[in-house]
Amino acid sequence: MDLNAPIAVKIRGICNHFGDQVIHDGVDLDVRNGEILGVVGGSGTGKSVLMRTIIGLQRPSAGEIEIFGEPMTDEENEAQLDLRRRWGVMFQGGALFSTLTVAENVQVPLREFYPNLGQKLLDEIAAYKVVMAGLPANAAAKYPSELSGGMRKRAGLARALALDPRLLFLDEPTAGLDPIAAAGFDELTKDLSKSLGLTVFLITHDLDTLHAICDRVAVLADHKVVAVGTIPELLATDYPWIQAYFNGLRGRAAQSAVDRHMAKGA
Amino acid sequence: MANKAEFTEEQGAKGTTLRVSGRLTLSNLEDLPQRLDAIEGPAAQIDISAVERVDTVGAWIIHQFSGRTGAQIIGASEEAKRLIALVSLADADVRVRPEPVNPVVRVVTEVGDATVIALRTLLGLVAFFGAILMASWDIIRNPRRLRINAIVHRFELVGVKALGIIGLMSFLIGIVIAQQGAVQLQQFGAETLTVNLVGRITTRELGVLMTAIMVAGRSGSAFAAQIGTMKLTEEIDAMRTIGVSPIEALVIPRMMAAVIMMPLLGFYATLVSIFGGGLFCWVSLEIPPITFVQRLQEVIPITDLWVGLIKAPVFGAIIALSGCFQGMQVEGNAEEVGLRTTSAVVQAIFLVIVLDAFFAVFFSQIGWI
Repeated sequence: MDLNAPIAVKIRGICNHFGDQVIHDGVDLDVRNGEILGVVGGSGTGKSVLMRTIIGLQRPSAGEIEIFGEPMTDEENEAQLDLRRRWGVMFQGGALFSTLTVAENVQVPLREFYPNLGQKLLDEIAAYKVVMAGLPANAAAKYPSELSGGMRKRAGLARALALDPRLLFLDEPTAGLDPIAAAGFDELTKDLSKSLGLTVFLITHDLDTLHAICDRVAVLADHKVVAVGTIPELLATDYPWIQAYFNGLRGRAAQSAVDRHMAKGA
Repeated sequence: MANKAEFTEEQGAKGTTLRVSGRLTLSNLEDLPQRLDAIEGPAAQIDISAVERVDTVGAWIIHQFSGRTGAQIIGASEEAKRLIALVSLADADVRVRPEPVNPVVRVVTEVGDATVIALRTLLGLVAFFGAILMASWDIIRNPRRLRINAIVHRFELVGVKALGIIGLMSFLIGIVIAQQGAVQLQQFGAETLTVNLVGRITTRELGVLMTAIMVAGRSGSAFAAQIGTMKLTEEIDAMRTIGVSPIEALVIPRMMAAVIMMPLLGFYATLVSIFGGGLFCWVSLEIPPITFVQRLQEVIPITDLWVGLIKAPVFGAIIALSGCFQGMQVEGNAEEVGLRTTSAVVQAIFLVIVLDAFFAVFFSQIGWI
């Protein structure tokens, strides 16, 4: 990973609280261009809240966010709208519009931002995005209720990719998937990020995902980002939560799975 | 825009060559796709060496054009090659729209579906009523299994907390009946008959009926939503595994609360309506309260009160039955809870009005007029 790559998302001093409950107290984090950054933390440490803050769904009580060098504000102006179409978001359950088919779901952002696109091109775009997200060809005409959980996530990814974003936010992409579907999704994320040159901000609990596809991992604890780096770098720190997370039973199992995989490949 | 995607056509020795320039990205396409579509093949080459930037949509357009006209793609940058390879991998025969259905077939199917669903609901309702009767019988044999605390808690939610809104509604209805009645009766110089109108219509019909509609909206919907949510979160399954009957723990207390609270609320609503009507008569028709009450005693037979009070527990049972039944039908997702709650209220109000019609005929036939 290029250490001097330009910064895609720059987070400085973000504070968030709900009533008396402090979620974030001065979060600093940089997401570099072209990397897959995994964000981990215990339940309730505000991983999703951090993502919602970055994409503007949650207003921080303090702090600044820059995306591609441009500051995020609450204003509803042209520049902010332009910024918004440069990222795609996949929510945990896919968050597909239930009254629309998968293809129509993919077309929603396209229609919203580019009303002049012809129907034929819209259909073609929806078709190749659906296939690109790894869905079978017959899934495009189906409604979200007719899809399995894994397919719904892929459809959510297809919609997130509709506008050819350079930045992709994934909220627990492998949660609730069986190991085979989860591995498939990891593979897909990695392939797409490589071939489309995507920067990926990925929230996860899944140790296998972290080992398999993340270039760096950021650890949220005690209301801040306590460490950022590759997994070996994190293992070198002596922060107790990080040690418990990566050196726990599951952490070691995931690590040895990666080692075995590497040995087989070599 | 300076970077707008453009193309020029050139006729060469080998055939037509297209030279594309500018930014071949979603935001710079404008009418390029339509114009490219207008070119009929075959074309020899499509030169994209002058393209500054390309995204997957641009790559798709190039790929699609080249596939349609047989043009060879030349001058592609590394990035363009990568993206074109990516989209050509994703080029599959995809059906974007669901298969169209013949409208006649669709209407017939929908009518059939609706009929089957209506019959199933009716059957389910009867079966559910049976389950409640069986559970009640169990409780009668084992009175210690009656959950007094749960029932008293429901009394508060269904009854006490509804007093404010039902009182306000009934008060206003009383005034409206008196006012509208007085306007009509004045034409015959019979405005004193307003007392008869207000007194009898509220005791016989409106007191209980409007209360039933309000309870259906307030409590019937709450029953459906509560039980439906518990069904979704598998609380009901958990109860069954532990050996607690959900009918006994959830449905019977709600049923009893509705059956016992409805007559009380109905009676209260009747009184408040009469009070509202009386107030109007006093202020507007100058009938003093003492006279109003005396007239009420003369014109309302006691059977009118029985008519209202006999109907009330039946309405309560219907409301609790359809609320709990619809709640127990929830399956799948959160959307279902909303749908079932709506059906619970619609079903309850519909059944209440149908039964009210039967009651009206019945009481007239037995001479309680």
